[in-house]
Amino acid sequence: MQIYLPIAEMSVNVFWVLGLGAMVGFLSGLFGVGGGFLMTPLLIFIGVPPAVAVGTQANQLVGAGVSGVMYHWRKRNVDVKLGLVMQAGGIVGTVLGVMLFGMLQRLGHIDLVISLSYVIFLGGISGLMLMESVRALFRGRRKGATRGKLHHHTWLHGLPFKMRFPRSRLYISVLLPVGIGFIGGVLVAIMGIGGGFLLVPAMIYILGMPTTLVAGTSLLQIILTTGVAAVLQAATNHTVDILLALMLLVGGVLGAQLGSRASGYLKGEQARALLALTVLGVAVKLAVDLVLTPDDLYSITTTAGPK
Amino acid sequence: MRARRYRRVMVMLALLALWTPAPWMPARAQTLVADLSSHLIAITTGFTGTDVVLFGAIDQPGDVAVVIEGPETSQTVRRKDRIAGIWINNETLKFSHVPGFYGVASNKPLDALLPPAVAQRHEIGLDHVRMLPRADADAATVAEFRSALIRNKQREGLYGTEVGEVVFLGQRLFRTSISFPANVPIGLYTVSVYLIRDRDVVGAQTTPLAVSKIGFSADIFDFAQHDGLAYGVMGVLLAVGAGWLAGSVFRKG
Repeated sequence: MQIYLPIAEMSVNVFWVLGLGAMVGFLSGLFGVGGGFLMTPLLIFIGVPPAVAVGTQANQLVGAGVSGVMYHWRKRNVDVKLGLVMQAGGIVGTVLGVMLFGMLQRLGHIDLVISLSYVIFLGGISGLMLMESVRALFRGRRKGATRGKLHHHTWLHGLPFKMRFPRSRLYISVLLPVGIGFIGGVLVAIMGIGGGFLLVPAMIYILGMPTTLVAGTSLLQIILTTGVAAVLQAATNHTVDILLALMLLVGGVLGAQLGSRASGYLKGEQARALLALTVLGVAVKLAVDLVLTPDDLYSITTTAGPK
Repeated sequence: MRARRYRRVMVMLALLALWTPAPWMPARAQTLVADLSSHLIAITTGFTGTDVVLFGAIDQPGDVAVVIEGPETSQTVRRKDRIAGIWINNETLKFSHVPGFYGVASNKPLDALLPPAVAQRHEIGLDHVRMLPRADADAATVAEFRSALIRNKQREGLYGTEVGEVVFLGQRLFRTSISFPANVPIGLYTVSVYLIRDRDVVGAQTTPLAVSKIGFSADIFDFAQHDGLAYGVMGVLLAVGAGWLAGSVFRKG
């Protein structure tokens, strides 16, 4: 069954889009990330204009985030205070990111910047995560988990404005969660992703949060930043396709619920290794596309008149 | 049989009523009548593209070429170059007055019908589509970027890859079919029909065609364009609602 998307201005198969949403939703529930890093490239691949893919994705991530947070909330795996502090930075980052997006779009470099950021962020972080989790898996197999120090003290712990986060048992500078949230916000606006793949490891490695709380708390932060991004993209760039977002949501929330359940059967290290592999795959694909000679060296953009 | 003849007479009468000669053509050349099966392409929620039939009649033997042009746009063409190992948009050329859609059809190959100068004047054929380069670039660069623009438009399905066929039913009546893909741009189109005799255009008629979003998809589009902020807020509320609903349903299940 075909349906015409009024903002993307194209006709798509309903079941295709529902299936796409369900698949990505499952992975997002499984790993506690938004799944945008998969969805945005997939949408562009099926022919949705990149700007519309990014704007619509921000909208659909709000819904996926809400249902994900509800699941983790019931398991009491959300640190509300930390999430809200991160959002303070997230909103500032989103506003700046949407402005940057518009500027790059006018200069004709938005596609390149999207691809490059994917390659750099996804590739770097997934590589680190993969190394870490492979080491953890081997260690676990040899003689049970050896418990090291709770966390290491670095210069990060010397930063001012310290605050207590009792749920996570942390006493850290607010600059850390605010800064992480800020970067997450910029990524939402530019790459159409929730930034979970960056937030999750940052919260584990930089903040030193307990792993169980990370998924729920990062989703809480993602809801607000993606919400702000979706409203701003709709108001300034007119790039949110509600029909597309709703179809992705219907598939996505169902998939995410199943994924959240399935995550109970995975060990933390296994989940991280799988996530790292998936993210690395996307990064490698995009890197190859940047280097290979494109089929057509020329591209066109409509700069005035009807699209 | 009788009913069909009656209908044909009615069609001919309707054609005569709709017949609007182009004002710049000399009076003796007004020997062409043509019309479309529909003057409105409605983009509804189920729209997957459509065909419009053009039919017409000429009073003396001759050849016919049909040109369909979509609303004018400005296009930026960019060429990628390999810089530090990766492909980056480098050189840019802007074109204005570029038709958002272009198609051409005729009953014989175009170069057999018209000399290039005449085809150029009436923009008949892909080689003659008018598009004005904005920068004062040299001719070679313009030609290169122009063909890239046409190639990209063809890939999007908005410029015809080949000349369509005008079919004559006997000596006087002709028809052709124009295909519009799902991503057809909205706006006012012009369908120009040219009567050709002795390698020159001796008659012409222009018919308007509107492409417009209708119904639910039009409402969404208008809402998004006119009140982006409210539209964005509504989108987020819908998303929150859907997420909440799914979360609650799965709790019971």
